[in-house]
Amino acid sequence: MEIVRISTAGSVDDGKSTLIGRLLYDNNALTKEQEELVIKKTKEKGLADLDLSVITDGLIAEREQGITIDVANIYFSTSTRKFIIADSPGHIEYTRNMVTGASNSNLSIILVDARKGLLEQSHRHFYISQLLELDNVIFCVNKMDLVDYSEDQFISIAIEIKAMVANFNPDIEFSIVPISSLKGDNVVVSSNNMGWYKGKTLNQLLHESKENKLKEVPFRYDVQQVFHVQNEQFVDYRGYAGKVISGAIKVGETIVSLPSLKQSKVTEIRRYKDILEKAEAGDSVTISLADEIDISRGSLLVKENAIPEPKNELISTLVWMDDKPALLNAKYLLKSGARQFPVKINEINFTIDPIKLVELNDSESIKLNDICSVKLRLSQPAFLDSFKENRHNGVFILIDEQSNNTVALGIVK
Amino acid sequence: MRNKHLYDLENESIYILREVAAQFKNPALLFSGGKDSIVMAHLAKKAFYPTKIPFPFLHIDTGHNFPETIKFRDYYLNKLDANLIVRYVQDAIDNNKVQEETGKYASRNALQTVSLLDAIEEFAFDACLGGARRDEEKSRAKERIFSVRDDFGQWDYKKQRPEPFMQLNGKIQFGENVRAFPISNWTEEDIWSYILQENLELPSIYFSHKRKLVERDGAYLAYSDHLNIVESDKILEKVIRFRTVGDMTCTAAFVSEADTVEKILHENVASKHSERGARIDDKRSESALEERKKGGYF
Repeated sequence: MEIVRISTAGSVDDGKSTLIGRLLYDNNALTKEQEELVIKKTKEKGLADLDLSVITDGLIAEREQGITIDVANIYFSTSTRKFIIADSPGHIEYTRNMVTGASNSNLSIILVDARKGLLEQSHRHFYISQLLELDNVIFCVNKMDLVDYSEDQFISIAIEIKAMVANFNPDIEFSIVPISSLKGDNVVVSSNNMGWYKGKTLNQLLHESKENKLKEVPFRYDVQQVFHVQNEQFVDYRGYAGKVISGAIKVGETIVSLPSLKQSKVTEIRRYKDILEKAEAGDSVTISLADEIDISRGSLLVKENAIPEPKNELISTLVWMDDKPALLNAKYLLKSGARQFPVKINEINFTIDPIKLVELNDSESIKLNDICSVKLRLSQPAFLDSFKENRHNGVFILIDEQSNNTVALGIVK
Repeated sequence: MRNKHLYDLENESIYILREVAAQFKNPALLFSGGKDSIVMAHLAKKAFYPTKIPFPFLHIDTGHNFPETIKFRDYYLNKLDANLIVRYVQDAIDNNKVQEETGKYASRNALQTVSLLDAIEEFAFDACLGGARRDEEKSRAKERIFSVRDDFGQWDYKKQRPEPFMQLNGKIQFGENVRAFPISNWTEEDIWSYILQENLELPSIYFSHKRKLVERDGAYLAYSDHLNIVESDKILEKVIRFRTVGDMTCTAAFVSEADTVEKILHENVASKHSERGARIDDKRSESALEERKKGGYF
């Protein structure tokens, strides 16, 4: 069964939590305990419709304030698919959480309030989905019950959405669905109140979504640890435990280890007691080589015909995630998988306004939730790829060595 | 490749386990003898094969465990050739560090925290691997893979580190430690499917058996000396199984004939009850688990 990873984003009061509750409820995926909680809370609040929002808001502060603060992960499955929803808060303060939720997803649901149309936050959510190049974007125009299920209102919002997308990139594929999470229209069950809508329900779209387009990408292998074993069964065993970041590798092929540039042939690909012919993107395996060459944690194995350039500078988009702003020339630790070394912010080229899509050039510092383009000077080559070419080898985080916090997500240009 | 999504989950868990071994000097794996920690131990075996699992197993024994679980723990870890450290809540009680709860609902579950924090200090563990899953409970759903705890073991959701693209940052100050959750993204159904696929052994209490029980508030608890029996309790015998294994005082039994992993998997899905529904300690309030986590509970 396929796992579909979804991120949801919406503003405060867009009804995001209710939508997720509705999706689970109508897919018959709530546990008995969750159903009981819904009924109990609905009664306590004296509501006419089921309060399905109580399923997701997990922290005491969230329940008290009635908002989502942190990313929650929700799991449910139907007969054909397994879903993991990263439910992210919508407000600007939580851009970092939105980015985190979206980064681990392949599909984005953006909620729009039918009474209000596109808000600043809708632009931001859309921008983030495109920054992270999610191929599947579904706009849900929610609360249609509050605009009398008006087709005209839906069309005017759909025009706004199409204009926003076209302004960004006319080639992006997306869907727009009129829904009411509260009443259940077009979430899982087709609406009787909107006979004018001939399209698919949200649930149908979720079940038909495809994985992000697979590009031909070069082999990249992140070495996490080196295993040595000397016993009766394993005589002088040496294996490089790690993860295939992208591409694939077969036994017998030649690899190049970076940064040493030493070459060797793959003699064994092992996963526990299984000896494999081949390992592919995402696989955690242990690779053995014909020669003893210099490989340690943080080495990157690649193939000789596709060696990433050893750059000492990196142009990247940063999403700043820390309360403490970054100043020009500040030093941080760059971390990408097992690779980790100091870098310096050499230039702040511009900050992007994700709403007006304009570049602001006068930045001296980078503040929480800023999205900006920078030039980093590296203490050693990173061997990262451009995110557009190879997303899994095109990202990193920055760590503040004083606080040890993860302060930024970096996307390589 | 028997099952694509279990293979993907296994990939992710192995990656996390290796990151923990590489990023920390002195990690430990929290092992309770329950199904989730058994799956985690099995994944650790896979992650580091053919080397030995590079960290000890730590069990905080409340003294109220099912005897079957303790027996299984010793048998299984012996087979795994793992190094087991046990610390006892009873010691903390004897040293007057914590006070035994009293009354009908007395449980040692919350008391474990003190013994856990003491053990972390005693052995200077900088990371503890836990078998918690995000689908278990609402506040667990907000937990990161690497969860940084301060000197007092406290969890502060406002200080959680973002983990975009699974980039795991385990850098900590002296005195801090990290709880790492390699099976975060597994659901209960995944766990049972994996137990079936990998043919893993489990303590016998997971399977249908006849048992002396106490009926209280509509739930069945195992009859034991640890339970404070009150007048309204009914003592009876039934054929049951346990779906989750905590202390004997706070884990409810299900009436069930399911005596194989396959039957259990089927019955769990059909029942639509969540497994935490059987944990009486979580029913104390809507935020019982979050409150305990803030105080250092794993």
